[in-house]
Amino acid sequence: MLTETPPLESRSLCLGYDERLVIENLDLRIPPGLVTVLVGGNGCGKSTLLKSFARLLKPQSGSVLLDGRDIQQRPTKDVAQRLAILPQGPVAPEGLTVHQLVRQGRYPHQRWLQSWTQDDEEQVNQALQDTDLHALAHAPVDSLSGGQRQRAWIAMTLAQDTDVLLLDEPTTYLDLTHQIDVLDLLANLNQRRRKTIVMVLHDLNLACRYAHHIVAVRQGRVHAEGDPETVVTEQLVQEVFDLGCRIIRDPLFDTPLCIPYGKDSKLARSGGSSADCA
Amino acid sequence: MDKRSRLSVGPVSVAISPQSLMVTGLIFIACSALVLLALSIGSVDIPPATVIRSLLGTENGPEAFVIEVLRLPRIVMGFLVGAALGVSGLILQSVVRNPLASPDIIGISGGASVAAVAFLSFLAPSVGSHWLPVMAIAGAMIAAAIIYLLAWQQGVTPARLVLIGIGLSAAMGAATTLMITLSPITTTMTAYIWLTGSIYGSDWDDVSAFLPWMAALLPLALASGRTIDLQEFGDTLATGLGLAVQRNRLLLLFLSVALAGSAVAYAGAIGFVGLIAPHIARKLVTRHFTALAPVAAMIGGALVVAADLIGRTLFDPLDLPAGVFVSAVGAPFFIYLLFRQRY
Repeated sequence: MLTETPPLESRSLCLGYDERLVIENLDLRIPPGLVTVLVGGNGCGKSTLLKSFARLLKPQSGSVLLDGRDIQQRPTKDVAQRLAILPQGPVAPEGLTVHQLVRQGRYPHQRWLQSWTQDDEEQVNQALQDTDLHALAHAPVDSLSGGQRQRAWIAMTLAQDTDVLLLDEPTTYLDLTHQIDVLDLLANLNQRRRKTIVMVLHDLNLACRYAHHIVAVRQGRVHAEGDPETVVTEQLVQEVFDLGCRIIRDPLFDTPLCIPYGKDSKLARSGGSSADCA
Repeated sequence: MDKRSRLSVGPVSVAISPQSLMVTGLIFIACSALVLLALSIGSVDIPPATVIRSLLGTENGPEAFVIEVLRLPRIVMGFLVGAALGVSGLILQSVVRNPLASPDIIGISGGASVAAVAFLSFLAPSVGSHWLPVMAIAGAMIAAAIIYLLAWQQGVTPARLVLIGIGLSAAMGAATTLMITLSPITTTMTAYIWLTGSIYGSDWDDVSAFLPWMAALLPLALASGRTIDLQEFGDTLATGLGLAVQRNRLLLLFLSVALAGSAVAYAGAIGFVGLIAPHIARKLVTRHFTALAPVAAMIGGALVVAADLIGRTLFDPLDLPAGVFVSAVGAPFFIYLLFRQRY
């Protein structure tokens, strides 16, 4: 599967805001049909990278290719038929209902006199069903809980009916239950609908559990990438997050589980020494 | 609330909301009744039956003259002007994502006022006042263009647009006041009436000059409906959904400026309609632009016609500018809608 052309890749990509370069000379291929998770410390450039993959940020040099063609050169509506993006902390216009929000996902497929076809209707219903929001379809988005709201936004991107789905920290501001809820939903979509998912996550342990492919970003460069098993080591966490930790096996999911410790505590010294020995 | 049904006819397949359609129909009936009332009463009261006969062309008395030559063009003008302002405000509030925005905010009234007052003060005595609308609309367009260019910074963001618009509007307001202060008293009166907004003395020539603007701009606005809905989501989400945000924003701003600019050109700087008509529409029908626009247009039109009706009847024989009473009609109605919604 990895030999297929990647749906998204970057070539010698340089990104920045004004003078400040955030991503330097980056070559990255997103494997098709898998869940890729970008991890890294605050300000490392992972969200910036995700934005440029969604053509929301113009590269200073280099390019992002969608299906082998420069994403900046393609009509934005064509891109929206292939790739959906859910930015961090999206805000819906006041009073908008879930159904109205999800309908907006159909925009790239609509034409002037065909602004609402049977296909549109079916896709919206499917998206509401996939996210278990049918009962709340006519509730205002403002009135939902954080978890329901995030599901509504995901439903909107699903209505877009794209093969590629990008999400910037989809679990931020959610309690633990709803974090798992949202990630299970995404894993499910990846398995059932073969969607290629790329997301930024802060929780390394959840990243290990849900990602097929982890990309660790440090100071604008890819520090390591691959499956969680090989990528996530004590050394990597030390280098990427500047944080001492122990990696053990997750007793339930058999994925790497990172136990971080503070730099100065007694535990850190003993933990650190045992890590040195390892 | 927003139960929509799919309507498929041949190649056309669109969503309609039966409830919104019904409300729109009711508003249309109410507007027709208001127009009939406005045609009936005035310095001479004419029975509605005579009004209808006259509209159908089967009445030839002096009353037909009053209706066809004096009242009808004025009412049609008032309705069109209000409709243009209502739709302009509706577009603008979505584009700048600010419910307090009105066409004034991107300099339309300010630019038109500076140009109109300058014209009345310096040029009108020599060239005649029929150039006034041209000057006003040119002023509106130039002011909006300057604001847009000043707000440009790798694209235009709503926040910059609003801030620069408010700043420049204040400066243009100062320039207008200065010119009024310096101009002779007769010009001052004319300028003041223009600034308040009045459709006094509108004739069929004015209507036929204004109508093409509306015939071109309103369908274009309706056709842009889905993109206007998307603009409300902000740049990131709208781009993600496939909207060329900056290009579309420029088109929508142009539409808004042209609608309000042409209205202001013929009726003067009538305020408040562009702010309140969209809000009233939002309280009545579903939030999609294509459903809101006809209602905002009718509410805007009705506000101006009602305000003009009050202006020319309540203080008879004085004929006061419609602009004075627009807020007097609009504000209580809006407050009523807000109040009703609490239950």
